[in-house]
Amino acid sequence: MNPSATDWPKRSADLSDDGILEISMGPQHPSTHGVFRMNVKLDGETVVWLKPVFGYLHRNHEQLAEKMSYFGSMPYTDRLDYFSSLSNNWAYALSVEKLTGIEVPERAEYLRVLLAELTRLQNHSAFLGFLLGDMGAWGSVLMYAFRERDLILDLFESLTGSRMMCNYMRFGGCRCDLPAGWLAQARKVVDDYPAFLDEMEQLLVGNEILVARTQGVGVLSGADAINGGLTGPMLRASGVDYDIRKVDRYGIYDRFDFQVPLGAHGDTYDRLMVRLLEMRESLKILDAVLREIPEGPILDPKSKSRGLRPPVGEAYARLEAPKGELGFYLISDKSPEPYRYRVRPPSLINLTLLEDMCLGSKIADVMVILGSVDIVLGEVDR
Amino acid sequence: MKQPLILPGLGILKGMAVTARNMIGSYYGRKRLHTISYPEERLALPENSRNFPFLVYDGDDPEGGLRCTACRMCEKECPPQVIYIKPERDENGKLTKHPTVFDIDLNACMSCQICVEVCPFESIKMDSAFEYAAYEHFESLVLHKSDLAKSNTYYHGIKPTEATAVDANLEAERQRKAEAAAKKEAALKAKQAAAAANAAAKETPPTSDTDASD
Repeated sequence: MNPSATDWPKRSADLSDDGILEISMGPQHPSTHGVFRMNVKLDGETVVWLKPVFGYLHRNHEQLAEKMSYFGSMPYTDRLDYFSSLSNNWAYALSVEKLTGIEVPERAEYLRVLLAELTRLQNHSAFLGFLLGDMGAWGSVLMYAFRERDLILDLFESLTGSRMMCNYMRFGGCRCDLPAGWLAQARKVVDDYPAFLDEMEQLLVGNEILVARTQGVGVLSGADAINGGLTGPMLRASGVDYDIRKVDRYGIYDRFDFQVPLGAHGDTYDRLMVRLLEMRESLKILDAVLREIPEGPILDPKSKSRGLRPPVGEAYARLEAPKGELGFYLISDKSPEPYRYRVRPPSLINLTLLEDMCLGSKIADVMVILGSVDIVLGEVDR
Repeated sequence: MKQPLILPGLGILKGMAVTARNMIGSYYGRKRLHTISYPEERLALPENSRNFPFLVYDGDDPEGGLRCTACRMCEKECPPQVIYIKPERDENGKLTKHPTVFDIDLNACMSCQICVEVCPFESIKMDSAFEYAAYEHFESLVLHKSDLAKSNTYYHGIKPTEATAVDANLEAERQRKAEAAAKKEAALKAKQAAAAANAAAKETPPTSDTDASD
């Protein structure tokens, strides 16, 4: 299971050769998912060396948070992975709650699971669309995915006021209660979603072109994935059974019955299928949440967001965001601002093995492999 | 992992059937076509929808009716620091609990509604208007007090549930204050009466039981 450090990454060609061509891909390329650049050395069409270059979207997130009250950083966490702002909110709230020992009421816990799983659904749907876009099927798949995602964003808007920058979780619960008729609307979305997934499977799973473009492309072994610190669907596609919802059982995930889909080959096709199957499991959780959600308060009355001064100490809380392990590490010195605020972004760390996945593949596959990592540059660069 | 069918071309044909179903379906019904022809057609915004903040005033006077007391709580808490408030002072330099300047820079506002949450006077609220496109940054995107002030009726128009709850809150607060004031006044009166009685009692020290009772 332990590859020696010397043969990793597994470079194949002599880079001093005259026939090697070095090109720069990005940062304005539409399939680099934002402003991301890769320096690639090519031997013919085969990738022999790859260096990711990022930081174009750096906006000082951690330093800003250290100059601001704990409460003031909450809306900034929306802007990390802007596809799944509610998961980011939850991760940050979780770490502050760990630091201060604030309790979360029952109904708020259900609401958090409900919104996090809806976030996972819409993130993975958009992922499918973008990945197929990277393969050249630009248009239909993305539009179908966005059409269904839009229904979930409508739910977010009518609850939190914003479609993407939700800013909804608070330390010790959630900001506001569900508006009238929201649960019925959510129930309809959850009930209709399997039809969309069926259609997606029919469209994609057996498609010969998709199979040819993804199977055996960007293979990553389980050992490599563990060594690289990968998390989330990337790690599970390589066959490693590790889902923080099952490992940590944070929130109330121990109450729900769901499975963790695993890949067998660790290639791009497995990464796509793992996410497709994960959506089905999310729907199971959502169904249970919508059935069991209790009445009650949504915010711990003792908690206060403004002027929070947590006791001296440190806390690291993590959760299974759609892209992997999202963690927030906080050190408090009892002042209103955190002494240290650190984000562990899943996209960035999943991206570190890009060269290992791309070596030996053709240049056209690099985009597909990058698409299968599911990065959001807001989170990579912070 | 599900193994795909090996028959060549079948997967593509199945996919094409899905695309055809979507294309034809988009002409019949809204299920496969969610788009509308904005700006000719518009969807009603959900009540909670938020974009930029505005200031609520009671009654008809956008200046005198402002609920804002220039406490500068929102200015202090605003994460991107887009609010600028200058409190009004009377000729003696005393605060009049009214802003002379209240500016919000929409260029940097991130619509987080933290100003709404920290406002103790239910004075700043989120608007759902979104058509602010402009050719320059300063003339049209830095809103001043006169642009921000909107009536409570407008607030009721865009967010009926929330505005009704806010009105009830304010009414309860007013009643509590009135009760507290009445109590305070009564206590003061009682105190004064007691003091007066005490003074009267001191002035004419009782000589006998019958005198004291008079």
